[in-house]
Amino acid sequence: MLGPILETLIGGLMTGVLYALVALGFVLIFKASGVFNFAQGSMVLFAALSVARLSEVMPLIVAVLIAIVIMVALAYAIEFLVLRRLVNQEGIILFMATLGIAYFLEGFGEAVWGSDIYKINLGISKNPLFLFEGIFPGGLLIDREEIAAAVACAILVAGLAIFFQVTRVGRALRAVADDHQAAQSVGIPLNYIWLIVWAVSGIVAIAAGMVWGSKLGVQFSISLVALKALPVLILGGFTSIPGAIIGGLIIGAGEKLAEVLLSPMLVKWFDLAGGGIENWFAYVLALVFLLFRPQGLFGERIIERI
Amino acid sequence: MLYREAGQFKTSYRSDQAIFPIVQDRWFMWGLIAFGFLVLPLFANQYLYTEVLIPVLILSLAAIGLNILTGYCGQLSLGTGGFMAVGAYASYNLLLRLPDTNLIVVFLFGGLMAMLVGVLFGIPSLRIKGFYLAVATLASQFFLEWVFARVKWFTNYAPSGSVAVANLDLFGFPIQTPQQKYLFVLAVVVVLGFAAKNLVRGRIGRMWMAMRDMDIAAEIIGIRPLHAKLSAFAVSSFYIGVAGALWAFLRLGSWEPLAFDINRSFQILFMVIIGGLGSILGSFLGAAFIVLIPIFLNQAPGLLGVPLSTAMISHLEFMIFGVMIVFFLIVEPHGFARLWAIAKEKLRLWPFPY
Amino acid sequence: MMKYVGTAVAVALGGAVFTAPAMAQNEQFIPALVYRTGAYAPNGVPFANGIADYYKLVNARDNGINGVRIVTEECEFGYATDRGVECYERLKKNGPTGAAYVIPLSTGVTFALTEKTTTDQIPIISMGYGRSESRDGSVFQWNFPLLGTYWTASDIILQHIAKKEGGFDKLKGKKIALVYHDSPYGKEPIALLTERAKRHGFETMFLPVTHPGVEQKATWLQIRQNRPDYVLLWGWGVMNSTAIKEAVAVGYPREKLYGVWWSGAEPDVRPAEDGAKGYNAVTLQHTAGQFKLHEDLKKFIYDKSAGSAKWEETGEILYVRGLINAMLGVEAIRTAQAKFGNKPMTGAQVRWGLENLNITEARIKELGFEGVMKPIKVTCADHEGARTGRIQTWDGKNWQITSDWYVSDDNVIGPMVKEAAAKYAAEKKITPGCLTN
Repeated sequence: MLGPILETLIGGLMTGVLYALVALGFVLIFKASGVFNFAQGSMVLFAALSVARLSEVMPLIVAVLIAIVIMVALAYAIEFLVLRRLVNQEGIILFMATLGIAYFLEGFGEAVWGSDIYKINLGISKNPLFLFEGIFPGGLLIDREEIAAAVACAILVAGLAIFFQVTRVGRALRAVADDHQAAQSVGIPLNYIWLIVWAVSGIVAIAAGMVWGSKLGVQFSISLVALKALPVLILGGFTSIPGAIIGGLIIGAGEKLAEVLLSPMLVKWFDLAGGGIENWFAYVLALVFLLFRPQGLFGERIIERI
Repeated sequence: MLYREAGQFKTSYRSDQAIFPIVQDRWFMWGLIAFGFLVLPLFANQYLYTEVLIPVLILSLAAIGLNILTGYCGQLSLGTGGFMAVGAYASYNLLLRLPDTNLIVVFLFGGLMAMLVGVLFGIPSLRIKGFYLAVATLASQFFLEWVFARVKWFTNYAPSGSVAVANLDLFGFPIQTPQQKYLFVLAVVVVLGFAAKNLVRGRIGRMWMAMRDMDIAAEIIGIRPLHAKLSAFAVSSFYIGVAGALWAFLRLGSWEPLAFDINRSFQILFMVIIGGLGSILGSFLGAAFIVLIPIFLNQAPGLLGVPLSTAMISHLEFMIFGVMIVFFLIVEPHGFARLWAIAKEKLRLWPFPY
Repeated sequence: MMKYVGTAVAVALGGAVFTAPAMAQNEQFIPALVYRTGAYAPNGVPFANGIADYYKLVNARDNGINGVRIVTEECEFGYATDRGVECYERLKKNGPTGAAYVIPLSTGVTFALTEKTTTDQIPIISMGYGRSESRDGSVFQWNFPLLGTYWTASDIILQHIAKKEGGFDKLKGKKIALVYHDSPYGKEPIALLTERAKRHGFETMFLPVTHPGVEQKATWLQIRQNRPDYVLLWGWGVMNSTAIKEAVAVGYPREKLYGVWWSGAEPDVRPAEDGAKGYNAVTLQHTAGQFKLHEDLKKFIYDKSAGSAKWEETGEILYVRGLINAMLGVEAIRTAQAKFGNKPMTGAQVRWGLENLNITEARIKELGFEGVMKPIKVTCADHEGARTGRIQTWDGKNWQITSDWYVSDDNVIGPMVKEAAAKYAAEKKITPGCLTN
C-alpha cells in the first residue's frame, strides 16, 4: 500500500510543479502591478503554440528565442493598449480586463498558429523510470519529463531570485511592489516596470508552456491550467514566489492523493457514477484554507476588516 | 425635445416614487411589453423564438441575478453556471417525483433550492472578498457540476447522465411550441424583471450598494454585512436558479451538467460587464449582445460576400469578445446601459442643445 | 424598458438573419455541423473534410444526385451541445426542401436533437454514436445510428478479449476498466459492460475523465494501482492522446489498451509517438488508407486544388469515415428519389430512404468503397443496419487490422435495446410503430 501512495505523492508533487510554474507568472504580475492576471493561462498557450509552430521550421533554441521576442512584444502591447488606460481602477476591473485579454489571446493564438495538436520535442524519453524495485513491488514509478519540469522550475526560480535581488531593475521592481507611489516619487518609471514584469511573466509562460506542451501536446486546453493556478495562489499567497511553489506542490499532491485514495471510497459509500473529485478538491481545499488563513501561507498580512 | 420632462409635476409621493417617474419611459415600457406579447408573435418564426428570443430572455434573467450580486453588492461570482444547474436539477427532480406539480411551483422550487445553495456558498463572503471570493465561487461551480454528474439520484439513474423533460403544460395550457415557450418565458421575465427593478431602488438595494461602495462606511451607518451580503447571495441565486430551470426546461429540453459548465459562468459575467455593472437594463442589453454576436458573425461574412472558414469565425468570435470587454472596461465601465443613458440625455436636449 | 430593448435589438438582428439568399429550386440542402476549433478540433477537422469532399465530388463528377445538386453549409459549434442545437435550428429550413438530414458528430447534440426530430421531420444520421437504443426504429423513428452503436463497439471489444483469453468463461475474476469521457458519449458502454460482467463474472472499474480530458494523471495512477487486466478507452479529442501518453507514463502495456472507434485514429496516437505502439482500437468497419474512390477524388477535386484537406491526409481514418458517412447520406437520398422522383427530397422522404437503405456488395463496388465497408441493410426494426467490426493495432506508423470480423451478440444487446427503448417510449409517451412513408 505504501508504494502506490508514495507514487501518487510523487506524481502529485510533479503536477504541482507544473501548477507552480503557471502560478509564478501570476505572482510576478500581481506583486508589481496589483493586477490579477487571468490571461496567464492564455499566455502559456500562446507561448507554447509559438514555440511549437516555430520549431517545426527551425531549431528549437532559435524558436524559443523568437518566442521570447514575441512574448515581450505582447507584453508591450498589453501594457500600452490596456494597462496604461486602466491605471487607478479597482482590482476587480483590472481582473475583468485580463479576462478579456485571455479571450482575445485564445482566439488570436489559434487564428495565427492553428488549432491542431502540435508537438514540442524536448528530447526526453517518455518511458518511466522505476526506482527501488527491491523495496516496493513493481518499483516506484517516476516520469522523466516531470523531473525535467522540476529542474526547469528550480532554475527559473533561482534565476528570478537573482534577478530580483541583485540587478538594478530587480530592485526597482521590489520597490514598486512595496509602494507604487513612493517608487514613482523617487523616479522609478512605473510603465517601464510593468512592461518588464509582463515580459518576465511571458518568459515564465514560455517555460511553463514548453513543459506542459512536451507532456500533453500543445493544444487549446492548455489555457485551462490557469484555473488550477487560482487555488495555488490562495494557498501560497498572492505575493509570494516561494508561496506559489509550495502552494503548487500542496495542491498537486493533495488533489492526486484525494483522487486516488478518497474517491474510490466516496464512490463506494454514496454509489456515485465515478470519482473525479480532483476537479473540485483543490478549490475546496483552498476555500477551507481561506477561512482560517486568508492571507495564504506566505502572503503579506493585509489588515482589513470585512 | 422628444424626451422632455418639463411640465410633469409630481403631486404626490406615489408619483414621485414610481418605477418610471417620467411619462415617456412609462409609455415606452408599456409599448415594449405590448410589442413583446402581441406584435412579435404575429411575425416571429421558429428560429427567432428558439435561438434568439428565448435564449436572450432567459440569459437576461441569469444576468440580472449575477448583476444583483456583482453589480449591486460588489461580490464577484464565477459560480453562476453551478447555481443554474441547481435550479435546473431541483426543478427536474420535483417534476419527476411529483409529476402533477404546477409548472410555476416547479420553477419556484428550482429558484428556492438555488437560493439555499447560494446562501451556503455565500457564507465565505463574510470573511473574504475580491479574487478570494471569486475562487470560493469557483469552488462551488466545480463542486456542483461534479455533484450533478456523479450522484445518480439527481439524474434518476439515467445511464447516460442526460435528462430530459417533455410535454409541459400550465393550468392545462400546453407549453410546447416555441411560441408558447416564448410567451411563458416572457411573462416570467417581465414579472421578475419588475421585481428586481423595484428591489434595487428600495431599501435593500441601497443597502447592497452601500456595501459595494464602501463596506466599512456601510457598517458604520448601521448596515449589517451579514444581512446585506447573504441577502444579495439569496436573491441573486434565486434569479439564477429560475433562469437555470427555464434554460433546461424550455431552451434545451434535454441536458447534461456540461450545459452549466464554467463557460456558462463566464458568458453571464461577460453579459453583466458589457451590459453594465449595476444596471437591470444593462443585463438585458448584455445578454442580447452576447447571444447575437456569434449569430451575426456567422452570417455577416456570407452577407458581405467575404468567405471565412468556420474555424476563423470562431477564433474571431473569441477575439471580438476579448476586445469588447477590454474596450468597455476602458471607455465605458458602465457598459451599454450607460450609453443608453447618455443617448437619453442627448434626446432630452435635441434638437436645441442650449 | 429594460427587457424590451434587448428584444427589439434581437428582432432587428434576427430579421437580418433571415434574409438568406434565395436558392435555386433543384438543390438539395444538407447542413454540416462541424468543430474545427477547440479541444476536439484535431478529430473534428478530418471528419468534416471527408464529408465536404464527398459532396463536392458528387457535384463535380455526377452533377449532383440524379441531377439534384448538393448545397451544404458548415456551422461551427465547438462540440458544445447548445451551440450545436443553435446551428441545427439555423440551418434546418435552408434550401428548397429544408435540411435533408443532420449529422451531429456529437452524442450530446444527438440526444438533444432526438427530442426535436418528430416535430421537425428531419432524420439524424449518427453513424457510430448516439443513443445505443435508438437502433429500435419503432420508437426512435428519426434516428439512424448506422454501422454500429456503442453497445456494438464494446461488445466487439469484449468478444476480442474473450477470444484472446480463450472464451468468455475465462473472463471470470478478470478486471476490466473503462476510462471514459464524462458525457453521455462516454457513459453509453457502461450498461453493456455491466450486463456482460454480470453474465461472465468479471469485475469492472469505471473511471470518468472530465472534459476536455487533459487531466488524467490520477486516473492512470489508479489504473497502475489496481492493475486491471484490460483497459477500454472511450475518449474524444485531446483526451485520447493524453490517455495514451499517460498509459506510457505509468507503464501500462498498450497491448491491453482498447479504444472505441472514436479513439482509434491518427490524431489520437501520433502525439504519443512511439509510445502508442501496440495500442488497439475497434474499427467502424473501415481502417486507414486510400482506396478506389480516391482516384475520383484526385481527378475531380484534388487535381483542381479544390480539396478541403491535404492530399496526404485523405487516407486518414476520420477523413475516410467522413466519406462513408456522406456516402450513406447521399445513398439514402438516392433511395428516396427512386420512390419519390428525382427532385430535392424533404426530411421525411430522406427518412424513408434511410429506413429502406440497402447497400449491397455490388453497389459498394460501384461506389468505389470496395474493401472499406461491408453491405448494410436498414429496416424499421434495425436502424443500425450492420453490426460488424474488426480490431486494429497501431504499429508505430500505421493502423494494421489484427483480427477477423466480429459481429456483436444480439442475444445480449437485443433485449437491452428493447428494454431501454420501451422505457424511453413510456417516458415520452410515444406509441411505438413504424412509419410507412
